[in-house]
Amino acid sequence: MQIRPIITALRRHRLATLLIAMEIALACAVLCNACFLIMGREQRMKLNSGVDESSLAIVQLTGFDNAMARDLNARMLSGLAAIDRVQSVSVINTVPFGPQAGANGMSLDPAMKQINAVIDFYLGGPSSFQSLGLKLVAGRLPQASDYVSLSNVLPSSAQVWITRSLADHLWPGADPLGKEFWSGGHYRVAGVLEHLAIAQPGSRGQYSVDWSVFVPAQPGPFLTGSYLLRARPQDISHVLRDVRAAVAKVAPDTVLDMDDSKTISEFRYAYFENDRAMARVLVGVIAALLLVTALGIVGLASFWVQQRRKQIGIRRAIGATRGDILRYFQTENFLIVTMGIVFGVLLAYALNVMLMKAYEVTHLPAAYVATSAIVLWLLGQLAVLGPALRAAAVPPVVATRSV
Amino acid sequence: MFGYYLDMAIRSLKHNKVLTVLMVLAIGVGIGASMTTLTVMHLLSGDPLPGKSATLFRPLVDPDPTPERTHETPMDVMDYRSAMDLWSAHRADRQTLVVQSPVKVVAAATNVPPLMLMLLSTTTDFFPMFDVPFQYGSGWTADDDERRSRVAVISASLNDKLFGGANSVGRTLHLRNTDVRIIGVLKPWRPSPLFYMVAGGRFAHGDTADFYGKPEDVFVPFSSSLEINDGNFQQFTCWALPKIPGHLIDAPCEWVTVWVQLGDAGKAAAYRRFLADYAAQQKSLGRFTHAENTRLPNLMEWLDYNGVVPSDVHLQTWLAFAFLAICLFNTIGLLLAKFLRRGGEIGVRRALGATRGAIFAQFLMETALVGVLGGVLGWLLTLAGLSLVRRQPTPYADMVHLDVLMFATTFALSIAVSLLAGALPAFRASRVAPALQLKTQ
Repeated sequence: MQIRPIITALRRHRLATLLIAMEIALACAVLCNACFLIMGREQRMKLNSGVDESSLAIVQLTGFDNAMARDLNARMLSGLAAIDRVQSVSVINTVPFGPQAGANGMSLDPAMKQINAVIDFYLGGPSSFQSLGLKLVAGRLPQASDYVSLSNVLPSSAQVWITRSLADHLWPGADPLGKEFWSGGHYRVAGVLEHLAIAQPGSRGQYSVDWSVFVPAQPGPFLTGSYLLRARPQDISHVLRDVRAAVAKVAPDTVLDMDDSKTISEFRYAYFENDRAMARVLVGVIAALLLVTALGIVGLASFWVQQRRKQIGIRRAIGATRGDILRYFQTENFLIVTMGIVFGVLLAYALNVMLMKAYEVTHLPAAYVATSAIVLWLLGQLAVLGPALRAAAVPPVVATRSV
Repeated sequence: MFGYYLDMAIRSLKHNKVLTVLMVLAIGVGIGASMTTLTVMHLLSGDPLPGKSATLFRPLVDPDPTPERTHETPMDVMDYRSAMDLWSAHRADRQTLVVQSPVKVVAAATNVPPLMLMLLSTTTDFFPMFDVPFQYGSGWTADDDERRSRVAVISASLNDKLFGGANSVGRTLHLRNTDVRIIGVLKPWRPSPLFYMVAGGRFAHGDTADFYGKPEDVFVPFSSSLEINDGNFQQFTCWALPKIPGHLIDAPCEWVTVWVQLGDAGKAAAYRRFLADYAAQQKSLGRFTHAENTRLPNLMEWLDYNGVVPSDVHLQTWLAFAFLAICLFNTIGLLLAKFLRRGGEIGVRRALGATRGAIFAQFLMETALVGVLGGVLGWLLTLAGLSLVRRQPTPYADMVHLDVLMFATTFALSIAVSLLAGALPAFRASRVAPALQLKTQ
C-alpha cells in the first residue's frame, strides 16, 4: 500500500480534510475529558462511609421543646425499639449522607488561634457505635463511662474516636492514640476508625470526606430528636414504614420529619443524585458526539467515493484489485483520523488544564487519551467501511464510459 | 431573486435527502443541547431585580475578635450587635435584616396537621426594598418592628395549603407557642436565586443549587421572631461556642444578614465611609480587631462573589457548546463536499452571466434553509431537554421554561451557526473557475 498517492489526493482536498480532522480533534478532546469526569463522579459515588448503610435508618423529629428532651428520648427509644424486627435503637445527631450537624473547626492548640481542620462531630448515645458498625483499627471500644453528658452542642471534654484519614492529616506519621485537640471542648483520642464519612461528604472538598470524629454522649437536651434504627437489610424499609404509627403513638405532640427520616441507603442515593445526573448527561454527550462524528465521516467519504468513481474505474481497469481500493479508503481515513487525534491530544490536555482551574479535577491520565484514540480510530474505520465497500464495488468498465 | 434562490435551495436539498437530513440533524442536535443548557444558564444567572439591583447593597464587617485569625474577606453575614447597630442607624434610604429559622406552624380552625416551615425574620423595609408582591393585605410598619407585634405575612403557597387560597388576612397562625395575626398574603413570588439569603458560596465547592430554593412561607417582624422562635436560630459560623445553642443574641456568632438600599453613587460612597467609621469606632471600643476589613458589594457583585450558578451548570454549558462546535465542523465538511461537487452547475451558471456574488448568495440561501430546519428541530429538542431538566431533583427544576428571548435565540443561533457553516463552502463554490468546469464536462 502506497501512502504517497493518498497524501497527494488529500492535499487536493486540504480544506475538507482539515475540517474533518478538526472535528475528530474536538471529539477526541471532549471524549477524553468527559470519560475522565464520569470516572471522577463514579469514584465519588463509591465513597466508603464506614457504616453498615443497608441495615440502618434514621428517624428525625422536629417541633418539640428542648425542655421535654429527656422524656421524649425515653419515650422514643422504647417506642421505636418496640417496632417489630428492630435490632437496636440509639440517639445520634446525624449519619453519613444525612443532614448537616456538628460540623466545627478544630485546633491542636488550646487557645484555638489556628484552625487545623473543619470536621464533623458525630454525637452518639449508648449502643450507637455498635449499631453504626464502625470498624476500629486502633485503640479500644467506647465503654459505658465514656458517654459524657452534654451542656452544649459539643461536650466540654471527652474521649473521642477519629478516622484514620483525619489522624493522618493532623499527626502525619505519628501514633494518634492519646493525642489531644480542641474545638467546642478538650478532646483526647481513644481510638482510630477505618472510615466514617462526614454528613455531607465533598461539601468541604474531596480531601475532607472522611474527617469525622465519633463522640460517645448521653442523650439529653443537646442530643434529641434524631434516632438511629438498626434492622436486617431486608427488614429496614418495613421497619421505617411502621415508624410513623409508632411516633404518632409515643410522641403525638411532635412533627415527624418524613423528608429526613430515611434509610441510609436512600440518603446515599439522594445524596449522589446530582453526580448521577451529571454522569448521564456526559454519557449522552459522548454518544451524540460519536454519532455525529461517524455520520460526518460517512457523509464525506460517500462524496469522495462518488466524486472519484471514474478514477476508481481507471485504477481497477489498469489492475488494482477490489482490496486495493478498499484499503485505499481505509488508509485515507486512518491518516485523517490520526491527524485529528494528534491535534486532539493537545486539545484534550489544554481542556484538562482549563477544567483543573475551575473544578476539582486532577491531571488527565494518559490511559484515557490512548483509549479515546483507539475508539476514534475504530469509529473512523467503521464509518468509512460502507463507502469504501461501495468504492470497491465500482466496476472497471466505468473508466471507459464518458459522462 | 430571493424566491428563485429559495426554490433552487429546496430543489438541491430534496435532490440529496440523506445528506440534508444529516446536516439538519447535526445542527438540530447541536442547537438542542446548547439551547437547553443556555436556557438553564440564563435562568440561573439573570438579575433577580432588574433595574433595582444596582441600588441594593450588602454591608459586611469582620467581628471576629481573635487578633491572630485574619480573614481575607469579612464573613458573609453579621453578628447580632453589628447588624442591629447598622440597621438602627438608618443611614440608608432603606435597610433590612433577614434571618431564617425552622418553626412549627399550626393554623387555628383548620384541620391541617402541624407543619415545619421556614420562618423569615425581617423588618418592615423588606417588602418595598425587594418589590415583594402582595395578593391580600400588606407588610407591617416600623411601629410593628418597634413594638414586637405578633403579626405575620404568609406565602401564596401556604395560603393555598391552609386556607384554600382565600383572603386569610385577620386569621390567626400558631407559631410554636405564639399566636400571630396574618396581615398580608403574598402573590406567588419566586426570585431566582433567593438572592437575599445567598451566603457562603465560596465554601460550597461549586455545589450552589440550593441558592435557588423557594422563599420562606412565613414572614414575621425580626424583633418578634427572636422571642417567638428563640432557641431555633442557626449560626452561619461562630468564633467561639455560643453559650445557649439557638439563642444567638450577643452570641459570638455571625448569623444576621443586612441589606441596604442606596439610591445613587453619592449615597453609596457616603455609606461606605459610614461603614468604615463604624468599624473603626467598634475597634476603639475594643469589640473589633479587624476594623479595616469592611465591604459593600451591590446585589449582582454579591451574587458573582458567591458564584451562585452551580459549577455543574457551567460544565454542561461548555460541553454543549463544544458539541455544537463539533456539529459545526461536521456541517462545514459536508457542505463543502456537496457544493464543490456541483462545479459543473456552477460553471454553467457563471458562463451564463451569474456573478460570484450571485453564486455565493444562492449557496448561502441553501445553508440558511438548513439552519431554519435545524432551528425547528433544535427548538423541539430544547423543549425535550428542558422537560428532562424539570424532572431532575434540583431546587430550580420548577422554574425551568423557555421564555420568548430564549425561543428567539434558538432560531437566531441556529441560522447563525448554519450561515457560519455555509460561508466558507459557499465562498469556495463562488470561486470555481467556469472554463475549467465546462471543459471537463
